[in-house]
Amino acid sequence: MATVFIPLPLRKYTAGQQQVVVEGKTLRELVDNLEANFIGIKEKIVRDGRLRPGLSAVVDGRPTRRGLLQPIGEDSEIHFLPSIAGG
Amino acid sequence: MVATENVAREYKVIGTRPIRPDGLEKVTGSAVYGADIKMPGLVWGAVLRSPHAHARINRLDVSGVSAKPGVLAVMTAEDLPEAEDKVVDLGEGDIDFHYASQRIMASGKVIFRGQPLVAVAATDANTAKEALKLVEVEYEVLKPVINVHEAMATDAPLVLEDLTGDHLGEEVSNTNVAKHFLHEFGDVDAGFASASTIVEHEYDLSTVHQGYIEPHNATAIWNMNNHITIWTSTQGSFAARRQTAGLLDVPESKVKVVPLEIGGGFGGKIPVYLEPIAAVLSKKCGRPVKLLMDRGSVFESTGPTPGAWLRVKMGVDKSGRITAGEADIRFEAGAFPGSPVGAAAKCVFACYDIPNTKVDGYDVIVNKTKTAAYRAPGATQAAFAVETIVDEICDKMGMDRLEFRLLNASHEGTRRSDGPRFPRIGNIEVVEAAKASPHWNAPLEREGPDGRKRGRGFASGYWFNVGLKSSVSMSLNDDGTVALVEGSTDIGGTRASIAMQAAEVLGVSAEDVLPTVVDTDSVGFTDVTGGSRVCFATGAAACAAAQNLIKEMIKRAAMIWEIAEGDVKFEDGNFFAKSDPELKLSFKQLAGRIEDTGGPVTATASVNMEDDRGGFGAHIVDLEIDPDTGKTDVVRYTVVQDAGKAIHPAYVEGQMQGGAVQGVGWALNEEYFMDDSGAMKNSSFLDYRLPTSLDLPPIETIIVEVANPDHPFGVRGVGETPIVPPVGAIANAIYDALGIRLCRTPMNPGRILEALSSGNGK
Repeated sequence: MATVFIPLPLRKYTAGQQQVVVEGKTLRELVDNLEANFIGIKEKIVRDGRLRPGLSAVVDGRPTRRGLLQPIGEDSEIHFLPSIAGG
Repeated sequence: MVATENVAREYKVIGTRPIRPDGLEKVTGSAVYGADIKMPGLVWGAVLRSPHAHARINRLDVSGVSAKPGVLAVMTAEDLPEAEDKVVDLGEGDIDFHYASQRIMASGKVIFRGQPLVAVAATDANTAKEALKLVEVEYEVLKPVINVHEAMATDAPLVLEDLTGDHLGEEVSNTNVAKHFLHEFGDVDAGFASASTIVEHEYDLSTVHQGYIEPHNATAIWNMNNHITIWTSTQGSFAARRQTAGLLDVPESKVKVVPLEIGGGFGGKIPVYLEPIAAVLSKKCGRPVKLLMDRGSVFESTGPTPGAWLRVKMGVDKSGRITAGEADIRFEAGAFPGSPVGAAAKCVFACYDIPNTKVDGYDVIVNKTKTAAYRAPGATQAAFAVETIVDEICDKMGMDRLEFRLLNASHEGTRRSDGPRFPRIGNIEVVEAAKASPHWNAPLEREGPDGRKRGRGFASGYWFNVGLKSSVSMSLNDDGTVALVEGSTDIGGTRASIAMQAAEVLGVSAEDVLPTVVDTDSVGFTDVTGGSRVCFATGAAACAAAQNLIKEMIKRAAMIWEIAEGDVKFEDGNFFAKSDPELKLSFKQLAGRIEDTGGPVTATASVNMEDDRGGFGAHIVDLEIDPDTGKTDVVRYTVVQDAGKAIHPAYVEGQMQGGAVQGVGWALNEEYFMDDSGAMKNSSFLDYRLPTSLDLPPIETIIVEVANPDHPFGVRGVGETPIVPPVGAIANAIYDALGIRLCRTPMNPGRILEALSSGNGK
């Protein structure tokens, strides 16, 4: 199962847990399973069926370019970070 | 050049230094820039900008303007559609149309000096400027906040009264802090408890501008069929289209952006400023409207990199291992949210393998123009702090500066302070190359002429580089050349590097691939030229398109030879029949016989690349400083950087040198010199001191090549990393020369003398 690192603002949904282990073959499945365990968290990650604007999902060290369709590996590590600008 | 892994392949084109395709037009003055645009019926626009950094607009009367002969249209914020609070991805960062609309044209209140209030279109430029004098404005001047300290004070005036801040996930009103986030990994308190040496400093960095030579410009036609065409200097034609369409509430398909040659951008030409104004004026007067920005407005109204305050603390145990790092990073966003503080938090400790880290980031609203990206935005500020602390730790512990960095270097698997682990990176290889460099191993004469002191500084730096979307189209000409069409505007020589990658795949010379940058209707979606992504991502698209072109040519060869496609192979620029060695056509020969095989041969490819794993650099600088005047001269400078694979080494070296030069200016001279009213007092190139070729020695370069497995040739982006280390390297050299630890930019003669007079020097 994949390991999800929970950013501080979302830890109120996970009872303070910084990391949780969740199943999911895609990011969408993973977020749905997060919601099943931690009610309310999905709304902070997804808006209108896509990742919320300003939020970046980093899967195995790389910001996903496939949004919620991003495949998730058995041992993947997922971070939700503020999206950031370059030059 | 230092090569490691997978880059020993023999190439015919990659790694050579052909003449740039756009060189002749640029040196002969025939290249077309925004200021060159002429067309039938063209009229001129001008913009009235706020003289105040913070003021309520009690009355705005433009009736006198319309009556002036020659004036064809007048625009205020009322002519912009109501902008919804919608955030849209621009590929490299987002745009919030609610705030972007206010940035384009003020309504009710001005919140930075230079904010547009009124625009006019007139028959000529002088009439347009004169007409603006007829605008009547009554302001109620308000107290401005011009740095993070003022903005975060408990009694600070509010810049954006409708702002809802996100403070660690909580919605907060009545604040100038748009965002406060925290990254924390490991146990920082335990990490510091186990440290034998701890160093902590606070840093202040002034706002600096990218300093591109070509000011912003835009010419627009809003046709009667509601199609808008815009000619502009932009880092991203599709990003300009998305912003303009969103701000004007029209479908993106109704907007065509024609990118012109670009005289520098460095991140500052991703946002639009004049494009929506030109479009609205054109709609109102029915003529094409052209707007050019003057230098003062470029400084005060476009997007520099933010002023910043940082507190950084690092702890090291007796073995020399870093045990903990803590950073509090506060960036001025300008008048609207969106500084690169997130990038700073990502990069701050990226050169080191630190088990316990904590990074607080604050995006702070101030009464200055909204900041924009500037070459590795946020990373330079962070590296200034960390690299000077690392040097101070080395001094305290008596450790060699490079051995310490190698001992603690981040590597594949290291967790960055924002969480993700690094993939394969070239940090260690870069520091090792610096350690082996002629510059690092050359003796340094400590005493210069006339009592001047010399010092040597070193600093590392990281920038993450991005991937994103790119599209390339190709068509085969009957003479064997290939027309290559791309959407990436060419700032740093990417026409050449993209064409070279295609040529390598096609087995032809670089000169046989003819690159053209085209408008948004003429190529598939392409993200901005930014994030050091073009050679990597658009290059990958070019490789894919070239492969598709070859597949089609194999079909045509099979048709000519009347054999199965599977019987044709392509190798070294030639097509062969596997079953008959006599059947062979060179690329050019086959191109000449395409006509009868089913018509033109074309190919396209689009990619959406994951980020390119990042680039590391290390800079070495020797300074000579006059302790009586504080004047600092750079006497030797070396840039070492991992390029993955240098497609066109001269362009890679040019990026490394250019980034270093901009960093030298940032370190020693450049700043927005603000008065208490929020006015910039040095908004011209006479007073804003950019370094010139007369200020600098030749900059030596060492390209390290740790191949990027995600790219066909191993490319990593190179454009941004070289601006990350210079400020830290120069601060370390000043300390080495004089024994003064400066934590504020610019480190100009006044600051050096001030520090020396305090008795801190050697």
